[in-house]
Amino acid sequence: MAVLEVKNIKKRFGSSDVLKGISFSLEKGQVLAIIGSSGSGKTTLLRCLNFLETSDSGEIWVNGQQLLAGSDEKIRNNRLHFGLVFQNFNLFPQYTVLENITLAPTLLKTGSANEIRSHAQLLLQRVGLVHKAETYPYQLSGGQQQRVAIARALALDPEILCFDEPTSALDPELTGEVLRVIRRLKDSGNTMIVVTHEMGFAKSVADVVIYMSDGVIEEIGTPEQVFNAPRSEKTLAFLQGAQEQF
Amino acid sequence: MFMPVFLQLLSGFEETVKVFFLTLLFSIPLGLAVCFGSMSQFSPLRWLMRGFVWIIRGSPLMLQLIIVFYGPGLLFDLPAMPRFTATILAFSINYACYFSEIYRGGIESISQGQYEAGQVLGMTRQQIFFKVILLQVIKRIMAPMSNEVITLVKDTSLARIIGIYEIIWAGESFIKKGLIWPLFFTGVFYLVFSGGLTLIFGWLEKKLAFFRG
Repeated sequence: MAVLEVKNIKKRFGSSDVLKGISFSLEKGQVLAIIGSSGSGKTTLLRCLNFLETSDSGEIWVNGQQLLAGSDEKIRNNRLHFGLVFQNFNLFPQYTVLENITLAPTLLKTGSANEIRSHAQLLLQRVGLVHKAETYPYQLSGGQQQRVAIARALALDPEILCFDEPTSALDPELTGEVLRVIRRLKDSGNTMIVVTHEMGFAKSVADVVIYMSDGVIEEIGTPEQVFNAPRSEKTLAFLQGAQEQF
Repeated sequence: MFMPVFLQLLSGFEETVKVFFLTLLFSIPLGLAVCFGSMSQFSPLRWLMRGFVWIIRGSPLMLQLIIVFYGPGLLFDLPAMPRFTATILAFSINYACYFSEIYRGGIESISQGQYEAGQVLGMTRQQIFFKVILLQVIKRIMAPMSNEVITLVKDTSLARIIGIYEIIWAGESFIKKGLIWPLFFTGVFYLVFSGGLTLIFGWLEKKLAFFRG
């Protein structure tokens, strides 16, 4: 059974249709890469999944259970199925690296203080930042901050971890460390959705690639299909445009 | 000569300090309520609060003191409230409005991303405000707050208009006895007091320097 099923999601802001009916499904342990130019609706799709926006229509199913909008509490529970790593990290500046990771589990009382702490230490180990546990976000490089943000998102054990252009705010020499962490998460079986401009990364890490354009899924398939033999003219044009940048 | 004058001034200064601390005690939380009102999603409340803030900030505190003290009696034939109560009431409302705008500026300067990061981590609105946003706001409003608080020290002298025997009045009363220097000397009290406040705010800013953002 699919861990995530999205059926015909639509969203409009004012007079512009940002999502015009998005449907796809994702198996456990799979990595989905979403590519497309800015304004194509990729980020809005992630925000709808995380209930930062409410879709106007359509259904979201996680593990056979439909997530419905409603009371604040319902929405909070829906959000817990997903984790989201932002483009701009959005770490909490007044908390240390470790506290950034333990804050939400502590407030949500997911375990004893000791359990939460040692889980956080473990996550820091996974992103290679144990030695930075007691430092504050401003003392870290962008790449390190993003790795902390990944650990923070993992602290609540989301079923699906989403990334919204996780390397777009980073200097080129810092993207590698973040992408390596995401790759390692795939190896340990995490289900992930990555909105990205890193074509090489999408090609090598994703199980499924979606190319979005103008609020629709223009192309969906394995990386080989999408990158090597796109069926749509638009996809081809986009990929050629992306290639010219290098 | 000096000691009796000093003691007399000190008793006036006691009133000044009382007005100062009680005003802060009430206006700091009241300002938060006004701030939330003026940021409310419910537009009638928002416009009501913003209109109120406009009236309070747009008219002299001295006039507000007079209205609070004499208004109820003149308009509605109500018994006058004690002078000191009227003073604290007028000062607290006035400063709450100024504080509310400082708070609003601070809250609105925090990036949406901070709220969203809290939301995707399943936190409630209250948790996000108190655990994530508040300390960042406090850090950002330190400088304008210290400005406003130091202004309050000197504004307390307006309370004499409705008969509060504060330090300026105490100093002035010596003129009748042929002494002008006590009035000038009141400045020393103000300077020492605001100097102390400046030190306290400096210490607070240092305390909050452990993070940036």
